[in-house]
Amino acid sequence: MTTEYEVIIGLEVHVQLATESKIFCDCSTEFGAEPNTHTCPVCLGLPGTLPVLNKKVVDYAIMAGLALNCEISEYSKFDRKNYFYPDLPKAYQISQYDLPLCQNGYIEIETGNGSKKIGITRIHMEEDAGKLVHEGSIDRSTGSLVDYNRTGVPLIEIVSEPDMRSPAEAREYLTQLKKILEYLGVSDCNMEEGSLRCDANVSIRPVGQEEFGTKTELKNMNSFKAVEKALEYEVERQKQVLARGEEVIQETRTWDDSLNKTISMRGKEEAHDYRYFPEPDLVPLEIDAEWVNEIRENLPELPLERKERFISDYGLPAYDAGVLTDSRDLADLFEECVQAYDDPKTVSNWIMGEFLRLVKEAGIEVAESKITGKLLAKMLRLMDDGTISSKIAKTVFEEMFKTGKDPETIVEEKGLKQISDEGKLEEIVDQIILANPNVVEDIKNGKDKAIGFLVGQVMKETRGKANPQLVNKLLREKIK
Amino acid sequence: MINKKDVEYIANLANLKIDEDDKELFTRQLDDILNYVEKLNELDTEGVVPTAYTVPMKNVLREDRVGLSIPREKALANAPDKKDGQFRVPRIISE
Amino acid sequence: MELYDLTIHELKDKLASREISVNELLDSFYKRIGGVEEKVKAYVTLTEKEARESAKELKAEFKGKLAGIPLAIKDNLSTEGIKTTCSSRILENYVPPYDATVVSRLKEAGAITLGKTNMDEFAMGSSTENSGFFPTRNPWDLERAPGGSSGGSAAAVAAGEAAGALGSDTGGSIRQPAAFCGVVGLKPTYGLVSRYGLVAFASSLDQIGPITKDVEDAAILLNVIAGHDPMDSTSVKMEIPDYTRFLKEDVQGMKIGLPREYFSMDFAAEVKESVLAGVQRLEEAGAKVEEVNLPSADYALAAYYIIAPAEASSNLARYDGVRYGYRSKKAHDVKEMFTNTRNEGFGDEVKRRIMLGTYALSSGYYDAFYLKAQKVRTMIKEDFDRLFYEYDLLISPTTPTTAFKIGEMTDPLEMYQADIFTVPVNIAGIPAISIPCGFDSNNLPIGLQIMGPHFGEGKIIQAAYTLEQILEIKDRRPELEVSV
Repeated sequence: MTTEYEVIIGLEVHVQLATESKIFCDCSTEFGAEPNTHTCPVCLGLPGTLPVLNKKVVDYAIMAGLALNCEISEYSKFDRKNYFYPDLPKAYQISQYDLPLCQNGYIEIETGNGSKKIGITRIHMEEDAGKLVHEGSIDRSTGSLVDYNRTGVPLIEIVSEPDMRSPAEAREYLTQLKKILEYLGVSDCNMEEGSLRCDANVSIRPVGQEEFGTKTELKNMNSFKAVEKALEYEVERQKQVLARGEEVIQETRTWDDSLNKTISMRGKEEAHDYRYFPEPDLVPLEIDAEWVNEIRENLPELPLERKERFISDYGLPAYDAGVLTDSRDLADLFEECVQAYDDPKTVSNWIMGEFLRLVKEAGIEVAESKITGKLLAKMLRLMDDGTISSKIAKTVFEEMFKTGKDPETIVEEKGLKQISDEGKLEEIVDQIILANPNVVEDIKNGKDKAIGFLVGQVMKETRGKANPQLVNKLLREKIK
Repeated sequence: MINKKDVEYIANLANLKIDEDDKELFTRQLDDILNYVEKLNELDTEGVVPTAYTVPMKNVLREDRVGLSIPREKALANAPDKKDGQFRVPRIISE
Repeated sequence: MELYDLTIHELKDKLASREISVNELLDSFYKRIGGVEEKVKAYVTLTEKEARESAKELKAEFKGKLAGIPLAIKDNLSTEGIKTTCSSRILENYVPPYDATVVSRLKEAGAITLGKTNMDEFAMGSSTENSGFFPTRNPWDLERAPGGSSGGSAAAVAAGEAAGALGSDTGGSIRQPAAFCGVVGLKPTYGLVSRYGLVAFASSLDQIGPITKDVEDAAILLNVIAGHDPMDSTSVKMEIPDYTRFLKEDVQGMKIGLPREYFSMDFAAEVKESVLAGVQRLEEAGAKVEEVNLPSADYALAAYYIIAPAEASSNLARYDGVRYGYRSKKAHDVKEMFTNTRNEGFGDEVKRRIMLGTYALSSGYYDAFYLKAQKVRTMIKEDFDRLFYEYDLLISPTTPTTAFKIGEMTDPLEMYQADIFTVPVNIAGIPAISIPCGFDSNNLPIGLQIMGPHFGEGKIIQAAYTLEQILEIKDRRPELEVSV
């Protein structure tokens, strides 16, 4: 008989905050600069230097805390987390230990069984470390190179409760979290560039058992998909360990994306005795209601609120509103377009249909596309006034997507203007009637549907530019 | 209060190496100091709030403005080993 | 008297009246250094070339508060382009790319740096014997230690090798060497002087302060270095008074407390007599003197030897051979590099304190040691607060003995006792000064410590100045044989 297990997952997410300057010095946080060009005596940890806290970091962390339904601590302080590593210039990380800025929040996620709250234990502020590049692979290399540009980039660490019960729930939690942080504008949440990083704690226990099983910590997952895959692998691995009558060992395991498995890091880690103590170089933070309220009042609209507003203000179906508010950029695009073209459902159809299809095909982010709300609105008006047909509109839209050109220019340049000149069309209609006597006969015999074929032929002849209503009218007049 | 094993554990945490010959002396000296420090326990500190900051201050913050970083040559000027504009260290994983 | 014997305020007058030139002054000091430095060994680095350059730049405008005044800087203060070693092998060749805030302020005021002074390695010690390079000697008796950790600065001022100096004080490192060398040493309130660029020993205790030939000079230097610095989050934002306004011979009605716990300790009788004699002179001048209780004072040293090493163990972790300073040749992998670099780069006392601090913070011991010490810290601070509610100032000896012989102190714990009177001040973050109040039978100077409430530097200076005027011993200088 096989035992049924329950999966317990908790996530620790590190998010780089989108400030201009670093958390404790005024070096730039810009990504991708030449190594060690964004450093100064402070972030290099030179002897005698001292940290001074960036206010924006606190503001952003409070914003995240409020959006994730946390309590904001009235009294908070920084602590030193001591450990040696070449990418950590002071050999301690300035972090927050026992008095984090935000506590006791939650995120609501959708699961197969309806919505569920995932608890957030705490959010604290800390500094990022530098970047190590190994000469060759980490275990074969003769040396490593250190770039301290990233040192001191502000981070918040968001620690969840062990509330997730499946890898899919973990992925959904991350998706919702990312969406909220993007809406707030506090981070660009780019996993490839490392501005959002996730570690997972996972354990299993027989269904019905109260106490938790032994957990393992998973690291090095570079996408949401990797998080889900690593968790699935790890849950299966733990089940097999238990099935063999062995015990799960508490350890850190690293996810190898190419091998599709987690690998034990045992023996390769330093002892974890971080010797936290209050950072004497920084003074405590006291956050009063006024400060919190000011941030609360200026909080941007969050995904759920926006979805509901889309339903009530624009009369959109819940499905549309959900898709459109899935990312802040998409929702912004929609609203920009509706400002200039007052038919929300039509706009929604175009964005959810053609736009998302092209985005997916191009493999880009919404923000990277060249389509703006204004361009789309202009194109829709060209359709309304008969300048282009709905078929041609798709061609124009694709071109707009590729080039970002004005739809009128595209129509002009490509000669895509609809032919609504009756005289010109009559000529073509006559040709088609002459060329298809059998079909004409069918129509005359009451097979009315066959007229569609003739319309299609005219459209083909005009490469889609003929005004279909007009073609229809002319054909009927001539065949009767 | 402190034994040789503790000394070895701390030395490893602090990345120090105490020679076998000196270990006993070090242990004894640290033990003397810790025994002296023991006198703190004569004081009843029940309910006393610990002091980390002697001059009460709060919320010292700077604006989020980018300033000048130092030129890379300066950042690397004191590096014991460097390569391609970066600090170089020996292999991370021990053999 | 030679130029190098004069005080900063005397030299300022001579420079202002064009009686002497800056170059003549530098000639005098470097000649003196040439004559006695071989014996005293106060300096780690001399910067004559840079000093002469600065003198040239000065000529045009002579406005700064310290224009042309030659000073010595303790070698744990960051100086751009000039080696800053903390008297440690691990920083032997480290050249910082930036100036400490106090160094910038001295430069702006026109002061000239003669050189960087020797110290106990990373300011850990009370004799300057822990220097990674060589011990400094006491100008009053070359067999004896100058005290520490700012021993180089104190010896330089006492020997006429600098008009004044900057030191740093974590548990007495300005006051104790000042007392041993017969000069004035002032430790300001925590937060009054920016720590930016002071290589950290124990961040919550460290302060920079002046070491000078008299109280007036201390006030002049404090005027230049005190004040808010946006680069130091613990630097206070407040109006800084002109400290020279307190150079008044007036203690009429001042209430002075003598902590019983201090005077009942077992320490040198000559020191006790001399300090009490000084106190009596103040009483005769109109001060009201009373014995007071400072029950927690006895515990300050124990708390200090947890808090300071704990912070130090973290502050000194950055010396890992990656970015600057010494790196061991034995470094096949990173862990080996870290360990060998630190093992070869640090001296025994530094290692001892790092070990002690690491232990106090390590898992399972934090509450028993660090947290307990921080609570005792609260009690000590409250004891002082309570006394300063009623008394203007407190007086004690600066040190339990006069200068001891080099090599005499072998036991670390015994050495730590040298700071018994000075440490409580740092624990409470209050200001204190040490001024010479007499000499013992070996003709060694005795120091008297005046403590005040937070930001009470003005009152301290006033009382110290008054006593200095009454005692009339401030012009006594050690006799040093000059080698040619």
